[in-house]
Amino acid sequence: MSAVVDLDAAMFEGLCRLGDSTLVLGHRVSEWCGHAPVLEEDIALANTALDLIGQTQMWLGLAGEVEGRGRTADALAFHRDVWEFRNLLLVERPNGDFGHTLMRQFLFDAWHQPMLAGLAQSQDARVAEIAEKAGKEVAYHLERSADLVIRLGDGSDESHARMQDALDMLWPYTGEMMVPDATDIALAEAGIMPDLTGLRGTWDALVRDVLAEATLVIPDGSFMHKGGKQGQHSEHLGHMLAIMQFLPRAYPDATW
Amino acid sequence: MVNMAQVWDWLAEVPDPEIPVISVTELGIVRDVALDGDTVVVTVTPTYSGCPATAFINFEIERALREKGVANVRMQQRLSPPWTTDWLTDAAREKLRAYGIAPPVDGTAASGVVAGRVKRLTGGALVVACPRCGSAQTQKVSQHGSTPCKAAYQCRDCLEPFDYFKCI
Repeated sequence: MSAVVDLDAAMFEGLCRLGDSTLVLGHRVSEWCGHAPVLEEDIALANTALDLIGQTQMWLGLAGEVEGRGRTADALAFHRDVWEFRNLLLVERPNGDFGHTLMRQFLFDAWHQPMLAGLAQSQDARVAEIAEKAGKEVAYHLERSADLVIRLGDGSDESHARMQDALDMLWPYTGEMMVPDATDIALAEAGIMPDLTGLRGTWDALVRDVLAEATLVIPDGSFMHKGGKQGQHSEHLGHMLAIMQFLPRAYPDATW
Repeated sequence: MVNMAQVWDWLAEVPDPEIPVISVTELGIVRDVALDGDTVVVTVTPTYSGCPATAFINFEIERALREKGVANVRMQQRLSPPWTTDWLTDAAREKLRAYGIAPPVDGTAASGVVAGRVKRLTGGALVVACPRCGSAQTQKVSQHGSTPCKAAYQCRDCLEPFDYFKCI
């Protein structure tokens, strides 16, 4: 299968998948700024968003370099349309309530951490060094989101019910993370990115462990949404981009 | 010809914009200083990848060197090896404590592994002493504090809230 896939093109695609997922989740989390239930969590959310946006600059910066057409991280973030985005569907889901936001974060972090550990072993030194840097930050993300999922799941009747609702809603968006397509397979064969199917065991063990401690029940059914990595998105992403991209598109010469 | 040892001395006077009691060299983020022709090349590594102070630190380093008469300065970023709080000098740790920020407890970076998390939850190995009264009776209020590199703590004895420079 790899013979028909141009490796540079696959790498650009793979880097956009990473950078777009951190960008979209980073933006979603930043929407909480000033609205979180307590000040400490407001700050925690803003810091998490900041890490994710910082990682986006590295991934999309490298994507632009690999593409070789002079596009910067900003150009990729602000001047592509929704069908050109390659993020996971999970991260474009609206925030919902605080528990919903934390559940989305946990399900993503539980994948992000082993994914970065795999990327840190990449044959491409540029990929490996970004992953090593990001991995240190994401270890803290995972620790926090796992703690809060347990605290809220095994909390009051109200918080438990909200966390179970969030899990029921978000669970069908988790499959996409570990199902490789031709691009993922080509990158894994070239030693640039890890084999996504190999992340399943780690993710499953961690997620089941934490959800059990949180007294939450994994929903029945194996249906999983997919398409985000290929540019097929839910309506939510377009609405988010309209806000996120407004300023640099309306005022192209604006500087900070 | 600019002397590189001199440049290091000058950089030791550039304060971290968020924590002005320590310098950028004490923080361990200046990785290299070299001469390329008549240009001084300063290599800096970011603390956290999204730290908003990074651009400002580059600006301040460039400005400091120009004030010392260095005409050509080039800043470059290096990601590997990634910055770690282990690179904070002992002098810097004491300055942090005196400033009211508990210095990092080495070897306690988040591992992202459940076993580590449970251990910390259940009475945990991590003891962060209060930078004001020295008490070990402190509690974590939030893993994230006023900047990406800090966590929020409170002392149970003197009741003061304080920042902890968390290990990474």
